[in-house]
Amino acid sequence: MPPKIQIISILICIFLVAYVFELVRRKHLSEEYSMGWLVTGTSMLALSVSEGLLKWVSELVGATLFTSTLFFFGLLFLMVICLHFSIRISALTNQVRKLTQSIGILDLEKKTLERQIRQPTWQSDSSNLEQL
Amino acid sequence: MKAHSYQAPQSSLKQTVILENDEFENTFIKGPLKGHPKTLIIIPAYNEEKNIGAVLGTIQKKVPGIPILVINDGSSDNTESVARSHGANVISLPYNSGYGVALQTGFIYAARKNFAIAIQMDSDGQHDPKNVKDLIEEVQKDGVDVVIGSRFLESGSYKSSFARRTGIIIFGKIASIFCGQKVTDPTSGFQALKGRAIHFAASDHYPPDYPDADFIILMHRHGLKVKEIPVTMHASPEKESMHHGHKTIYYIFKMFLSIFVTVLRSVSKR
Repeated sequence: MPPKIQIISILICIFLVAYVFELVRRKHLSEEYSMGWLVTGTSMLALSVSEGLLKWVSELVGATLFTSTLFFFGLLFLMVICLHFSIRISALTNQVRKLTQSIGILDLEKKTLERQIRQPTWQSDSSNLEQL
Repeated sequence: MKAHSYQAPQSSLKQTVILENDEFENTFIKGPLKGHPKTLIIIPAYNEEKNIGAVLGTIQKKVPGIPILVINDGSSDNTESVARSHGANVISLPYNSGYGVALQTGFIYAARKNFAIAIQMDSDGQHDPKNVKDLIEEVQKDGVDVVIGSRFLESGSYKSSFARRTGIIIFGKIASIFCGQKVTDPTSGFQALKGRAIHFAASDHYPPDYPDADFIILMHRHGLKVKEIPVTMHASPEKESMHHGHKTIYYIFKMFLSIFVTVLRSVSKR
């Protein structure tokens, strides 16, 4: 692998891992979501640092260029992370839908109760009788 | 201090529970239908201030005494106040969530309040309220859980575009195959649900995107009996219905996928 791309790759990976740690420390990123990024960052770092490992993995997947191995695994990790996000978003959409429905129903019940408190039962009873 | 501050919400909660049982008797009664089971008409509405008043007026004239629940799906116009001024109870969702979500909110409400029958109608005047009685009569029969008002069992004034008609026919055929009975109008939003069907629609099984042919198949697979009866449908004024424009492609895709996974899913799970 050309040393230039190796250095750039190592720097990016170190930056990614450090930044994710910092985000978790500041509570801007939850532990659940940091997992995928940390695994991606450290694996890519390991591949970038160790030529032996990169060579072995390249032969394993049949890549002729070492750099394409890096790209291949980078893409693969991103895909897994994106799928994870889609699953989470679907769950969140479901939860938001249920909340929306509950809020709507609670609001109607609240207004109904308010009306009842303002208008005692015997009054509404007589008005009902009138309507009948 | 903390223990003390917890007291207030608890006692108010108790009050809510006590009041809840009488709530309907006080708010909805406008001359109840004698001898009829507790019925609720559910109407999802999105920006329908022009039509909703007339629709509610016709319903109250044709089938008086049935409480109406309008689900205002985050309208930006005066749908809510128009519906309220016409004597309907209104659930307002905080933002536009789509037809299926609004409709299911009505079913959840009907299930919570133990309504025996829930009728869903559209807010644009497409459905003729004179058919509500037919739906109620039909759904009360033994061995029927859901009655769908079909516009194709009777030669009515309904006219629709070629694409829409083709879609309805294709999904009707698919639904017919999986249900083992003839389904002519799976997209109909004019339906009556009874008892366990209401609870089923209020559950997590309900597909909240576009409940349609897939939901009919799902209900059939869970042992609910679906029946179609002829109803009159008018062409909806002004706007086109939801299956339009770029959403059509998503609708077709979603419906095929939804039917596919519905059939794959085993019934005993979940």
